[in-house]
Amino acid sequence: MQFDQVLQYALSGLSTGAIYALIGIGFSIIYNATGIINFAQGEFVMLGGMLTLFFLELLKVPIWGAIPCAIAVSTVAGLLFERLAIRPLRQPTPINLVIITIGGSILIRGLAMLLWGKDTHALPPFSGDEPIAIGGATILPQHLWILGITIVIIAINKFYFYHTISGKAMRACAYNRRAAGLVGIDVRRMVLFSFIISSAMGAVAGIIVAPLTMVAYDMGVMLGLKGFCAAIIGGMSSGIATVVGGLLLGVLESLGAGLISSGYKDAIAFIILLLLLFLRPQGLFGKPESERV
Amino acid sequence: MLRIKNVNTYYGKVHALKDVSLHLGEGEIVTLIGANGAGKTTILNTISGVTPAAGGEICFRTEPVTALSADRIVKLGISQVPEGRQVFKPLSVEDNLELGAYLRYRSSEKTAAIQKDKEQVFKLFPRLEERRRQLAGTMSGGEQQMLAIGRAMMANPKLLLLDEPSMGLAPLVVQEIFRVLERLRNETGMTILLVEQNAKAALKLADRGYVLETGKVILEGAAEELMENADVKRAYLGKDKSEKRHK
Ligand SMILES: Nc1ncnc2c1ncn2[C@@H]1O[C@H](COP(=O)(O)OP(=O)(O)OP(=O)(O)O)[C@@H](O)[C@H]1O
Ligand SMILES: [Mg+2]
Repeated sequence: MQFDQVLQYALSGLSTGAIYALIGIGFSIIYNATGIINFAQGEFVMLGGMLTLFFLELLKVPIWGAIPCAIAVSTVAGLLFERLAIRPLRQPTPINLVIITIGGSILIRGLAMLLWGKDTHALPPFSGDEPIAIGGATILPQHLWILGITIVIIAINKFYFYHTISGKAMRACAYNRRAAGLVGIDVRRMVLFSFIISSAMGAVAGIIVAPLTMVAYDMGVMLGLKGFCAAIIGGMSSGIATVVGGLLLGVLESLGAGLISSGYKDAIAFIILLLLLFLRPQGLFGKPESERV
Repeated sequence: MLRIKNVNTYYGKVHALKDVSLHLGEGEIVTLIGANGAGKTTILNTISGVTPAAGGEICFRTEPVTALSADRIVKLGISQVPEGRQVFKPLSVEDNLELGAYLRYRSSEKTAAIQKDKEQVFKLFPRLEERRRQLAGTMSGGEQQMLAIGRAMMANPKLLLLDEPSMGLAPLVVQEIFRVLERLRNETGMTILLVEQNAKAALKLADRGYVLETGKVILEGAAEELMENADVKRAYLGKDKSEKRHK
C-alpha cells in the first residue's frame, strides 16, 4: 500500500464526507427543533441536483442563475412539506411522523420520476475538470468547490444559531419548548424554519455533488441514508460533531472501497450505523443523554 | 388590572380549576397558596395561554384575553416565571435574557431600549452581570431563579406571574429574591402574582392572598388576615414551622 494512494482516497473521501455532513446537519436541525427524523431529507438533495439540471438544460438558464433557482424551489418544497404534511397531523406521535416523512419521500421521488424520467444525467463541474496535484495525489476543482462551500455553509449556520435572535430561539425551542413558548417564541414557526433551513442545505449538497456523481430521481435515497449516518455518528448535533461524523464516514468509505473492494463502499456506512445504534446511540462523541426538561 | 371570572380548566377529564375567580389591582402583590396539586401552576398557565380555559373569562386591563395564544399574552404584558425556573441551560445568561425580549426583537423595537432593560436586570441581579457569558445550566439554583426572573422582565411586562420561585432554595437566597420582588413593585410599580408553597414568606411580602384547594378558591383576604386565620395557620403556616425545626 502506497502513501500516495491512501492520500488520494482520503482526499476524495473528505469531499464526499463534506456532502454527508451537510445532509447530516439537515437531519439534526429538524431533529433538534422537533424531535422528528425527517426521512425525506435525501429528497431535497435530489431536488437540488435535478432542479439545477432542469433550469440549466430545459430552461437554458446559465449555471449561476440555475443554482439559486434550484435552491429556492427546493426550499419552497421543504416549506410546503412542513405545512401540508407535518403541521396538519392531528396526532404527531413519533411513529406517525416517521410514516409521514417516509411517505413524503416516496411521493417526492415519484413526482420527480414522472416529471424528469428515470435517466441519469451529468451536470458540468463548476469550473473545469483539470486535476490539481496535491502531494502525490490529485483532486478535481469540484472537490475544492465542495469543501469550500461546505465550510461557508457551516460558518453561516454557526452564525445563525449563535449570533441571531432567531437562531437562539431555535436552540431554546430544541431545549425546552414550553419555556420557549412562555417567552413568546412561536414554536410552530421555528419548526417551519427548521424545515426551510434543512431543505436549503440539502439542496446545496445535491447541487455541489452532482457534477461528481451524476443526478437521477433516486439519488436522494443513498445520500440521505449516508447523511443520516453522519448525523448519528455526530449524536444528532447540528454542529461540529456531525461535520466530523460526515468526514469520518466519507474517508472510511473511500479507504474501504479503495483498499478492500469497491463493492463494500455502501456496506461500510450501514455497518457503522448499526454498530453505533447498538453500542453508542448518543453518538461517537456524545455523553449519554442526561436530563431534559 | 387582571380579573379572572369563573374559570374552568381541564386536562383531558381531570377538572383542574373549578370556577376560579380572582383579581389583581395595579401595583399589587397577590399570593396564591395551596398544597401540591391544588392547581396553582394551572392557574398561571391558563392566564399565560398555555393550558387554555374551557370556560369563564380572563380580562387583562380592559381586554378579554381568555382565548389568546401564549405569544399574544406576552406581547400584551404578562410574563411568567415558570415552575422549576426552566432557563435555557445550553445557552448563555445573556442569550437567555435576550430571548426574554424575543418578541420585542421581532417587532423590531430599538435595541437600545432592550439594552437598557438588560442593564436594569443586571442592576437588580448583579450576579447575572458577572456571569453574563456563563452557560445558564452551570449556575446555582438561586442564580437560575434570578435569571428566570430577569428573562421574564426582559419582555417589559406589566404583570409578572411567578411559580414557586423559592422552590429548593436556601432561606437566605429566598429572602434575596423576595427583596428584589418588593423592590420591583416599589420602584417600577410592577404587579405581581406570586404562587408559593412557602406561605409564610409569601404572605409577609404580599398585600392580599388566595388559598386554593383541589382547584377551588376556598379563602381570600388581606395578607395579614390570612396569616391570622386559624385554618391557614394549621394547614400552611404550621408546616413551615415544623420544617424549620427539622433543620
Ligand atoms: N399535564 C397534565 N395532565 C393531566 N393532569 C395534570 C397535568 N398537569 C397537572 N395536572 C393535574 O392538575 C392538578 C393541578 O396541578 P397543578 O400543577 O396546577 O398543581 P400545583 O398547585 O401547581 O401543584 P405543585 O405545588 O405540586 O406545583 C393536579 O391534580 C395535577 O395532577
Ligand atoms: Mg405547580
